[in-house]
Amino acid sequence: MGKLIINKNLVTEEKALSLIKICPFNAITYKDGSLDITSACKMCKMCVKKGQGLVDFIEDDVKEIDKSLWRGVCVYADCSGGKIHKVTLELLGKARELANVIDHPVYAIAIGTNLDECANELLRFGADKVFVYDDPAFADFRIEPYTSAFCDFIDKFKPSSILVGATNLGRQLAPRVAARCRTGLTADCTVLEMKKNTDLVQIRPAFGGNIMAQIITPATRPQFCTVRYKVFTEPTPMDNPTGKIVNMTVTDKMTMSAIDVIKSFAKPKDIDIAEADVIVAVGRGAASDAIRQQAEALANMLGGVVACTRPLVEENIFDAKHQIGLSGRTVKPKLIICLGISGAVQFAAGMKSSDCIVAVNTCNTAPIFDIAHYCVVGDVAEILPKLINKIKGE
Amino acid sequence: MNILVCVKQVPGSNNVEVDPATGVLKRNGIQSKINPYDLYGIETALCLAEQYGGNVDCITMGPPQAKAVINETIAMGASHGAVLSDRKFAGADVLATAYTLSQGIQKFGEYDLIICGKQTTDGDTAQVGAEISEYLSIPNVSNVLSIDEIKDGHIYVTASLDDKNVKMRVSLPCLISVDADINTPRLPSYKIKKNISDNAVEFFSFNDFDDQDEKHYGLAGSATQVERIFPPEKNDNKYSISGTSDEQATAIFELLRTKKMI
Repeated sequence: MGKLIINKNLVTEEKALSLIKICPFNAITYKDGSLDITSACKMCKMCVKKGQGLVDFIEDDVKEIDKSLWRGVCVYADCSGGKIHKVTLELLGKARELANVIDHPVYAIAIGTNLDECANELLRFGADKVFVYDDPAFADFRIEPYTSAFCDFIDKFKPSSILVGATNLGRQLAPRVAARCRTGLTADCTVLEMKKNTDLVQIRPAFGGNIMAQIITPATRPQFCTVRYKVFTEPTPMDNPTGKIVNMTVTDKMTMSAIDVIKSFAKPKDIDIAEADVIVAVGRGAASDAIRQQAEALANMLGGVVACTRPLVEENIFDAKHQIGLSGRTVKPKLIICLGISGAVQFAAGMKSSDCIVAVNTCNTAPIFDIAHYCVVGDVAEILPKLINKIKGE
Repeated sequence: MNILVCVKQVPGSNNVEVDPATGVLKRNGIQSKINPYDLYGIETALCLAEQYGGNVDCITMGPPQAKAVINETIAMGASHGAVLSDRKFAGADVLATAYTLSQGIQKFGEYDLIICGKQTTDGDTAQVGAEISEYLSIPNVSNVLSIDEIKDGHIYVTASLDDKNVKMRVSLPCLISVDADINTPRLPSYKIKKNISDNAVEFFSFNDFDDQDEKHYGLAGSATQVERIFPPEKNDNKYSISGTSDEQATAIFELLRTKKMI
């Protein structure tokens, strides 16, 4: 799609040294009068914007595809086990918003067995057409048959955008299908928008930092993204849906697999922080035993659960099931109280759509205060016991 | 049993910020480390090699400095490592990264089992493993919780699939992504690290690959394009609760009461 070119005739030592400082990835070197970009380059193009003309970005000729041949915003309906995962319904709501911008239909694709009930529910939640691959061979999720069925649908109906829930299943299936289509896939989008030219605008935290990236898939179709549970809002179901169910032919070739499922068993019931209405979350600034116990006490009083940031899991203070953020769970409770949490973008991405965010932190510049509704600059160790006493006195 | 583990060098800290005035990314420290999730993959591979015999190799894509993480894996017990490094690979998205790795894997050796970590701590996508398996046309299983047995050309694994766990038999060769907590990774040996021979790590560049079409690698081979980067949006609808800790506790208490939480 393009490359960076150094304008050697403009290079002076002074300019070169300031350019090195501009690169956030240390990918620019200056040695013996020669300025070079190394393979650490992430193509953020900061050097083009801020480099006083030293670096230019040369756009390649992109082979234009006819985007009008690709129609429909499609949701992959995660219905392994005969039940629709709720993330699917949230995505149907978003798909309708996106499809309205470009006047496209909303599709759903369901792969599994005994899917009649699921298909009807997908219609109620707004699909114009539900494409069903129903076969006993799809009873258990196995990557090759599911990929084959998915690609069969894409070949036949050419959807423009495909939204997949970032469940364990979706996270395996989406990349496999996207790779087979040689197309782009953006994981864990937190915002989706639609351009008039049918390009799907995908926004997610990026580069492992406090930065958001706006990503598009300009020259290939379909455009794939995954979205976590509880990022978007479930739409209101319709009483009299008008959409149609399309039963798709399942061939023997489609169901071939090198995987045999021996047995599946329900997971032991665990605390699921994603389902909690109230969360008391602790971070590095609240990691002491005493504060943690108080945080648990507060969570109990409020009928909620305790959650934490990644460092506390890495230090084995909490089990990974309690972790909020991009490498943990996404939560959307009615109330979240963040104690001693700085609010790195990975954490924020996992909780910022919560209804009410209260943050307590000693540092008044902590990024958590950028997203909190109630900002308490103060010491958790002092405030928390007083708060608990007040609730006890109630 | 030849096992390959895919690893990545990630920033030592996630505190990269955008300067709101200039729009320039601020660098806070440049140290880097091996992606912590990959350690579980390496440990899994080493245990399997100990139990069933065979070799463990590691592969990474990145700048030449990424050799450091390969050395780390060798110090843990891996035999050889490959670094795929070329400016032509720069700016790769998931599609181009997975493609480059699949090209490199085919040049580096023949493997019965490829193991990836759950995800990286910088990209957080958890997608590259599944795309590699597609390019190599082998089955893949993610979220592997345990490896139960390897027998008659098959691997028996238990994997987590949302609300249930699934026991599966998968024919080799295949690719698995292991969850964190599958094991406790061993520490690297200082003694081995001091004596890593020069030919333990092999470098591959674009010229070494079978596919010589530049358009399949790096930014050119990427289907997605970053249009812009920007600082996360701030919430303007906010209230400050100030005062002494006592006053602050009272204010939170009142807030909880108005919200009918107590």
